[in-house]
Amino acid sequence: MFQDSTIAAVATGLTDSGIGIIRISGPEAVSIGDNLFRNASGKPCLKDSESHKMRYGFAVDKNGVVLDEVMAVVMKRPRSFTGEDTVEIQCHGGVLVMRKILEASFQFGARLAEPGEFTKRAFLNGKMDLSEAEAVMDVIRSGNEYALASSVDQLRGNLSEAVKAIRKEILSEIAFIEAALDDPEHISLEGYSARLSLKTENLLGRVKKLLDTADSGRLMKEGISTVILGKPNVGKSSLLNLLLGEDRAIVTDVAGTTRDILEEHINLHGIGFNIVDTAGIRETDNIVEQIGVDRAKQYADKADLILYVADCSVPLEDKDREIMSLLENKNAVILLNKSDLQNVVTEEEMNKMIKDIFPERTIPVIGISAKEGTGIEEFENVVRNLFFEGEFTHHHEIVITNLRHKEALQNSYDSLMMVKNSIENGMEEDFYSIDLTSAYQELGKIIGEEVDDDVVEEIFSKFCIGK
Amino acid sequence: MPEIREKTDVCVIGAGHAGCEAALACARLGLETVIFTVSVDSIALMPCNPNIGGSSKGHLVREVDALGGEMGRNIDKTFIQSKMLNVSKGPAVHSLRAQADKADYSREMRKVLENQDHLVIKQAEVCELLWEEDSNSKKKKVTGVKTFTGAVYECKAVVLCTGTYLRARCLCGESITYTGPNGLQAANHLTDSLEKMGIELRRFKTGTPARMDGRSIDYSKMEEQFGDERVVPFSFSTDPESVQKDQVSCWLTYTNEKTHEIIRANLDRSPIYAGIIEGTGPRYCPSIEDKVVKFAGKERHQVFIEPEGLHTNEMYVGGMSSSLPEDVQLAMYRTVPGLENCKIVKNAYAIEYDCINARQLYPTLEFKNVSGLFSGGQFNGSSGYEEAAAQGLVAGVNAAMSVLGREPFLFDRSESYIGVLIDDLVTKDNREPYRMMTSRAEYRLLLRQDNADLRLRKKGYEIGLISETQYQELLKKEEMIKNEIKRLKETYVGANREIQDFLVSMGSTPLKTAASLAELICRPELSYEVLSEIDAERVILPENVTEQVQIEIKYEGYIARQLRQVEQYKKMEKKLIPTDINYDQVSSLRLEARQKLKLFRPISIGQASRISGVSPADVSVLLVYLEHYNRQQESERGKSSEGL
Repeated sequence: MFQDSTIAAVATGLTDSGIGIIRISGPEAVSIGDNLFRNASGKPCLKDSESHKMRYGFAVDKNGVVLDEVMAVVMKRPRSFTGEDTVEIQCHGGVLVMRKILEASFQFGARLAEPGEFTKRAFLNGKMDLSEAEAVMDVIRSGNEYALASSVDQLRGNLSEAVKAIRKEILSEIAFIEAALDDPEHISLEGYSARLSLKTENLLGRVKKLLDTADSGRLMKEGISTVILGKPNVGKSSLLNLLLGEDRAIVTDVAGTTRDILEEHINLHGIGFNIVDTAGIRETDNIVEQIGVDRAKQYADKADLILYVADCSVPLEDKDREIMSLLENKNAVILLNKSDLQNVVTEEEMNKMIKDIFPERTIPVIGISAKEGTGIEEFENVVRNLFFEGEFTHHHEIVITNLRHKEALQNSYDSLMMVKNSIENGMEEDFYSIDLTSAYQELGKIIGEEVDDDVVEEIFSKFCIGK
Repeated sequence: MPEIREKTDVCVIGAGHAGCEAALACARLGLETVIFTVSVDSIALMPCNPNIGGSSKGHLVREVDALGGEMGRNIDKTFIQSKMLNVSKGPAVHSLRAQADKADYSREMRKVLENQDHLVIKQAEVCELLWEEDSNSKKKKVTGVKTFTGAVYECKAVVLCTGTYLRARCLCGESITYTGPNGLQAANHLTDSLEKMGIELRRFKTGTPARMDGRSIDYSKMEEQFGDERVVPFSFSTDPESVQKDQVSCWLTYTNEKTHEIIRANLDRSPIYAGIIEGTGPRYCPSIEDKVVKFAGKERHQVFIEPEGLHTNEMYVGGMSSSLPEDVQLAMYRTVPGLENCKIVKNAYAIEYDCINARQLYPTLEFKNVSGLFSGGQFNGSSGYEEAAAQGLVAGVNAAMSVLGREPFLFDRSESYIGVLIDDLVTKDNREPYRMMTSRAEYRLLLRQDNADLRLRKKGYEIGLISETQYQELLKKEEMIKNEIKRLKETYVGANREIQDFLVSMGSTPLKTAASLAELICRPELSYEVLSEIDAERVILPENVTEQVQIEIKYEGYIARQLRQVEQYKKMEKKLIPTDINYDQVSSLRLEARQKLKLFRPISIGQASRISGVSPADVSVLLVYLEHYNRQQESERGKSSEGL
């Protein structure tokens, strides 16, 4: 009943492009399309058109005014993206033309699709499972090309396939245990726990592998949350401006100009960064600035990456040491800025200080010049190594980019660990099935094979904030 | 022509295990009840196996007892051997099984019925149900029953418990007789009346093995199977001391390649394989023909020789039910070690009968299209005495509730095997006689046979079948369990010499720091019982209390995790689907799902999700629809209250 209406939208995005597609979906789609489209001889023809056959002709409005030369295709339900009767009109990609055709579809009875509504209908009509629907939403909102590639994989069902395979194997173990409980005469559990132990190890490994991609997956999708730290006037804002390619932060020679926190999203050859520039950290009486410093510390706490900028033209001091202590347990890169000036601090000296503060680790040190724009390439390579083991190209491996999926995988992993414990503790076989079942159900949540009303609600609320 | 015309509250048709429980429940709740049977000598007859209980069926008996049913007490009075099965496995699958003296069982149940106030036994075949149509709702309502002799009993509710008697026929190879089990009269008239009311019937079959003259069996070639040394009674109200008595033995032997050869060579003479039988048989209680065909690689199958009673030398040949012709049966049985010279008293046979697809029932076991009409037992497409008794009890209770104008009682999957049984019957597409099995209960660690009273006595009390005294006893037991668990969790023992010596002597690791007694019970090699040595403050508690304490502590983690699964499950059960829902309005349902939902008319989202052909996506659609529907209702209510 809430899907009785027929909806329309520009499916290709309302920006100038080569081709634009107007998609009309719902019970009236064909008759609306029939009104909207005339064939080469000026006759309506979509009503009797074969499904999935391209027709050449013209789009017209209510008054019969020709809007554009177009191709039209009818896709009869359920063989369409939404699973409903659908008409797609391919027109020239000018914003004005697309808008006019869309408006004409409204004249004939369609209404504008809500954000994500095509996807929602596709999901409701069983054309895609939950993870696929979520992937579509990710595509819509995807910030960078790698995140997009991963979403597309999920859309193709790679994640679904991997999860389904694991689930199938878990199910066959549950079934075996239960069959043996029911028919002990014909099905023996002798030696079974040893077999299940091996199987569990294997399943744990596979779930872990998916899980491991979750963090880098999230970073791909959302970008690396990055905080720039350093003493005042070492060139933090200049670095940010360099990365951004524009003068956004106020840069002066007076220490303490950046009073507020700046957040910017940048993309360096496919790696997304959400960069926070902070007020230079120093002891200060200025209250406004003090707030900035506290917040910088908070941001540093939550960040995926900390860039510590030092001015290599002035000697290191205790203050550097103090701020650098914030790098503890954090992915960090140290940038020796102003390499265009006289080098007072060498990389070696910096390494010594790092060794002094963190005897057990190394932190990459790169010389850069924010002013001249040198060292950026090396910086990119270092970050790539830090987060993506050097490989930041997407090899169509499955990458988990969704927090809900990550949670479900984690729960499933935990349950499989419980199975492992039960086997090690010599529990009777029927105990295994409790945790096997939990693992099975959790994985089912990812692909929507287990209905969880929280998820349904979440998904639907998500549909409404998508494009 | 003058005819008998009587008035009563409830009519129960059939006096098997379902009918007895249904009639007793109604009468005990104060309703005037008539129970009809084609033969008073066949009350609570056990026409197949001579035992009550067994894997998962034992759970059902205990649940029936916890709710105030009779089966548990009756077998405690009449058992001749008793055994707790699966004790080497986890507590969820422990199950009690007792051999019954069949004649005794039947006689004792008849005695209970005869002495029950408000209950009348009537030997008569019911041929017709009487009903009327509500002029407003157009819904049928049952008004009475009519017997073969023309007598009419007007009543407010009817419980159908016809078992395997409707249009029954028995098959032994090529020979067919039109009788019910054990040569009893079949009921050939009621089916037409039911069909006229719009009830759909179908045909199922089941079978039973031969009975042999015990004197012709050579037991020296078999393994003797003893009962338990300490017998646990089925009923929570039976004094455990009263069931410690002498027991008889059963005997185990095996089929062999020779047996299988004979069966294979004569399969064309089996009515099932020859296509004479139209009914579908139970996969889980297969005939020996089925086993030989299905487990072709198996060299032998178990055969249990079990006594039918103390005052007969008839022996039941468990595991070898068959519908092969007489001559093949004899040849086949005689290949089994110990049965070489056997004499058959009663041939094995298969029986075919009319029953229903239980999707026509609500979980209350009332027909969806006829109010006041309930059904239980094999008529609903199940198999087994215990399954029958459980349904009979529920159908009887809800028939009584409908007459009394009280709310019906529902049983869900997370609280009892009864709930699993009924939900499976009314929700799933069962194509063969339904047998209870451990694996069907997904929350089985919670649904143990040992805690059936803790799970269900309160419900029995609310229904009115459990007395105040019994209920107070339950509360006392609960209290004792709770307090003892608390004490064990709060009592710490230090890492002192005495404790460490004790632990080492038990093969357990010494303590590093102090530990609670509860923590020690969790160790696989320790138990509540052995810890008595280091538990100075312990007071002696009843065995049924310490059993619960031990299980709840030892398996606490597993129980907690299973409870979380139940929570998830209950969320969906609580989302009720309005009875007047129009599935044609839920536009995005797939066609198959729409058809199934219209057919089953589930009462909740949870039930809907278990219907085969309804996918998770369909359930999501329903969830969204319901949300939408509820909001609409709410805003309408808001409007109308504004109007006031």
